[in-house]
Amino acid sequence: MTLVSAFLVGGLLCALAQLILDTTKANPAILMVSAVSLGAVLSGLGLYAPLVKLGGAGATIPLTGFGHALVTGMVEDARQIGLFGILTGGFRATSSALMVAVVFGYLMAVLFNPKG
Amino acid sequence: METQRRGKSTCVFGEMPFIASTASVVGPREGQGPLGTGFDVVYKDTLAGESSWEKSESRMIRQAVDIALAKVSLTDDDVDFLLAGDLLNQITASGFMGRDHDIPFLGLYGACSTMMEGLGLGGALVAGGFARKIVATASSHHDTAERQYRYPSEYGYQRSPTSQWTVTGAGAALVSNEGPGPRIESFTAGRIQDHGIIDPNDMGSAMAPAFVDTLSRHLQDMERTPKDYDLILSGDLGRIGSIVTRHLLKEKGIDVTGVHQDAGLLIYEMTPDICSGASGCGCIATVFAAKVWKEINSGKLGRVLLVATGALHSPTTCQQNESIPSIAHAVSVVGVSN
Amino acid sequence: MARATVREAETYNMLVKGFHPPRKVARNFVKAYMVGGSICVVGQVILDYFVRRDIPFVQASSMTSSSMVFLGALLTGLGVYDEIGRFAGMGSALPITGFANSIVSPAMEFKREGFVLGVAARMFQIAGPVIVYGSLASVIVSILKVFVF
Repeated sequence: MTLVSAFLVGGLLCALAQLILDTTKANPAILMVSAVSLGAVLSGLGLYAPLVKLGGAGATIPLTGFGHALVTGMVEDARQIGLFGILTGGFRATSSALMVAVVFGYLMAVLFNPKG
Repeated sequence: METQRRGKSTCVFGEMPFIASTASVVGPREGQGPLGTGFDVVYKDTLAGESSWEKSESRMIRQAVDIALAKVSLTDDDVDFLLAGDLLNQITASGFMGRDHDIPFLGLYGACSTMMEGLGLGGALVAGGFARKIVATASSHHDTAERQYRYPSEYGYQRSPTSQWTVTGAGAALVSNEGPGPRIESFTAGRIQDHGIIDPNDMGSAMAPAFVDTLSRHLQDMERTPKDYDLILSGDLGRIGSIVTRHLLKEKGIDVTGVHQDAGLLIYEMTPDICSGASGCGCIATVFAAKVWKEINSGKLGRVLLVATGALHSPTTCQQNESIPSIAHAVSVVGVSN
Repeated sequence: MARATVREAETYNMLVKGFHPPRKVARNFVKAYMVGGSICVVGQVILDYFVRRDIPFVQASSMTSSSMVFLGALLTGLGVYDEIGRFAGMGSALPITGFANSIVSPAMEFKREGFVLGVAARMFQIAGPVIVYGSLASVIVSILKVFVF
């Protein structure tokens, strides 16, 4: 993974999403939901890990990477502690990102006003 | 008692009421547009010194009413009805403005057709002798509309090319039983139309059938053609809506070339983020107050037909995949010489 | 007729579609590519920094995502992210910075309705589906992967 491969992989994922947005009836909400689900499916099939190796942040930063992180965490915990691991593993892997979103989201609301 | 109707659905006023004054209060974007100097008040930002956009919209509509009264040195005591509406849930911008005016209040909801609904009904009240003076007013606000109908203002999303930009502005008109001023000649109320458009980002196409229905009924009732008018002003069909409308009119044998203009295409410099044009109750209300009324008053325009269109959907109905019903109200106004 | 029949509605929709301006598909593709790619490059720079400090890859990746979320939150607070979004479309909505933007923008917007019923209650208005469907999809996939296959 290099800066160039991150650009190429990440840019491609975004551009493909834009293409689907412009040529089908899909809206951004459906695309974001599909992206995270697709990332989960590809991760389960073992196809996303190679993409991460190739693109680095280009694969982990788009929302597909979020789905991949959820599955990776769940699979790891399930393999260690059994079925209950499915419930603990997902947010364990992604907790930090969500925490930052909530805490700093709140902070931004305190500090700034919407500009319109 | 002599009936004041003509044809199937038009009210024609024997004693034509006068539109004695108008007022317009707008936000910065409108002030920077082609009609900039015509507006009575232009705010430098959309908050207008208030602590929320809803309060700012209420302030603008209140100011529009105040200015319209002040221009002819009248006070609340002289006005018998206040007809007002806006886009907000429960029309709160208007309702809350009404607290500051001790005038019997009639709240209206016609989405972007509200101003003509108010002028038409108000004109009928005056022409029928039920009121000596009324004020009709309507407002909209880009930011209150976005947060109610679409997305939070800081959300990064791409606007669809068929979407329209809600006007931040309020327009008011004082209708009186004594002149001088342009006179309201007739009122053709709209019938709700629904031709199956489900995309709230393409309101122009949703509203076109309503415009066509009202215009054709009006012309039939009055036994007129578009050429009998110096101007037929639609509310906010926008670019797409105007094209669709002219196509539908042609199918009915009605040709509005050279006579039709759309308020949604007059109020802004047409930059890319305006997409298909302006919309909102405030659109035709402010364009009428700032430009068209003045042109009729000065004699530049003799007879004008104002046809405001409105889309009657809500965020809930759109999420339930319902189509968008629309309505158009028409008011014809004649100049001093007619 | 005030209310069109199903067939009339279909005909009207087709007519209207013919008058729609063509979508600038190629231009939007390029814009999304440029912005999305650039955001990922920023992420890669941050990721490289953490890896160079001998942080294991999975944790470094997590820390990178958190950093990008912070960046998206900050740009939203400063009123910049909506401008980026208008230009880039999915190029700014698909990266995790866009996810942050979808949480921070309603939080800011509904401040006027109070910090409990406004900011807190409506924070996940846009991002909620991503979390719900992400959870559903990953649970199903993980169960299948670990216990079935």
